[in-house]
Amino acid sequence: MIINMGPQHPATHGVLRLVLELDGETVVSVKPIIGYLHTGIEKNCEYRSWMQAIAYVTRADYLSPLFNELAYCLGVERLLGIDAPPRAQALRVMLTELNRIASHLVYVATTGMELGAVSVMLYGFRERERILEIFEMITGLRMNHAFIRIGGLAMDLPEGVEEKIRDFLEVMPRRLDEYEKLLSHNPIWVERNLGVGYLAPERAIELSTTGPVLRASGIAKDVRKDEPYCGFEQYDFDVVTRTDSDCYARYEVRMEEMRQSMRIVGQALDSLPGGPVMVEDPKFKWPARLKVGPDGIGNSEEYVEHILGGSMEALIHHFKMVTEGVAVPAGEVYQAVESPRGELGLYVVSDGGYRPYRVHVRDPSFVNLQSFRDQVVGQMVSDVIAIGAALDPVMGGVDR
Amino acid sequence: MTPEELVERLGPRFDDISLAHGEVTVVTTRERLVEQLVALKGDPELGFDFLADVSGTDWPDRDLRFWVAYHLYSIEGKHRLRLKVGVPENDVHVPTITEVFPGADFLEREVYDMLGVEFDGHPDMRRILLPEDWDGHPHRKDEELGGVRTQYKGGAFIPPIDQRLHK
Repeated sequence: MIINMGPQHPATHGVLRLVLELDGETVVSVKPIIGYLHTGIEKNCEYRSWMQAIAYVTRADYLSPLFNELAYCLGVERLLGIDAPPRAQALRVMLTELNRIASHLVYVATTGMELGAVSVMLYGFRERERILEIFEMITGLRMNHAFIRIGGLAMDLPEGVEEKIRDFLEVMPRRLDEYEKLLSHNPIWVERNLGVGYLAPERAIELSTTGPVLRASGIAKDVRKDEPYCGFEQYDFDVVTRTDSDCYARYEVRMEEMRQSMRIVGQALDSLPGGPVMVEDPKFKWPARLKVGPDGIGNSEEYVEHILGGSMEALIHHFKMVTEGVAVPAGEVYQAVESPRGELGLYVVSDGGYRPYRVHVRDPSFVNLQSFRDQVVGQMVSDVIAIGAALDPVMGGVDR
Repeated sequence: MTPEELVERLGPRFDDISLAHGEVTVVTTRERLVEQLVALKGDPELGFDFLADVSGTDWPDRDLRFWVAYHLYSIEGKHRLRLKVGVPENDVHVPTITEVFPGADFLEREVYDMLGVEFDGHPDMRRILLPEDWDGHPHRKDEELGGVRTQYKGGAFIPPIDQRLHK
């Protein structure tokens, strides 16, 4: 029997469509059909200035927008040969690790919902909300921030946000213990995850899977440790691995990674260096002084006053930087960062112009989805839901 | 292995090898692609056992118009390599590497979908992101952004700025 699951199915994690061939309740074959959320992000980038493209790439994997921005900006910075100042680097680490916790919380929440543990769904989204509030304070937006910029960050931390993050770091470990009390020995959770979705380590490497899926198969590949960026070598954290290669191991990896991320956020806050958050060179620096307003980031009134009423040179400079932007020397880079779902790589090509020549997003959800077939064939149809949830694909990233 | 050591190791094997921004790039031909990937994967010291990415770029002014880039990684040695293959416009075919790296499946299909480069021997060479009856390959430079016909009655996406009629 052939059944169609999705694209509008509550348990397929967004608009993922699966065509399943069944023999009784056993899956004989599966064909994932994707592309429902394709928005042409890569093509759009080619028609924008280097700076504008940030607002496009951030929308690819919408649960980890800061990682998309970070990978893109690090890539362009390498092409330009500039480095963001130390404070910006530390804040990038802090923001992306908070983002990782938020993203893993959505995994716990949606997986809970899909496997029938609805209270976990509510708790997961409740805690994620705290992180989104922190993001809203800092960037003005809850998602798709376009806050990490080429050469640094859009602006510095606002007043009072550090306490908010410290509050979160104090509350969150207790909440994680609560989730584990609810789930780790819950017979239904264990029954539906333990031993389900086995992926042999060799096969996981062959299929280019990354992130928690690969680490749950016992392979400690983590870009933060292997090829540190933004000063990750200064932070003390562990790469979490498990060896069972099943959905339960992936759950354990993600829970432990949230604890590790909190360690990193704490260290970043404690050792936050002073100084600017954007390169000083006016050739690369975004000219405007920005401010968080009620609808996100905008120019501050003083700055508008300055360019319109004060300085003609500043107005010309602003106009040139905003409309034309920066020419990036010809070349190509592949910049990888460790996103919540694995290796997020941005292949950025420049022909020396004011616009990207090519931006390719190697999205971990897209590549990890290939391992679906290996995991579900021969399993029960109900396991398809658990396996899909443990892969944690974000369709915005898969389809781009 | 550092990029410099990698260049030294790979120098004799590739005519065209370069190091830029800390990344090693080698250029090869379609004919030798699979054989070289097998060698890179099998070499115990290099150990390129992980395929990170496959992507394509369109350069309409070059002799070889399409360039497919393979990003390899070694889990053991933690080093990366970019392997590039040029494809002429009149014969847009590249042998598939799914035999060597099964993880290339979706990635090659995406390159086909977006650029129209066909991967010979691929088990399932169909479009992946766009509808199966889509005309053209949107990442080609001669395909404009916007102005694309849609299924809605009389509908098309907004044309690019330089093609809009301002009345």
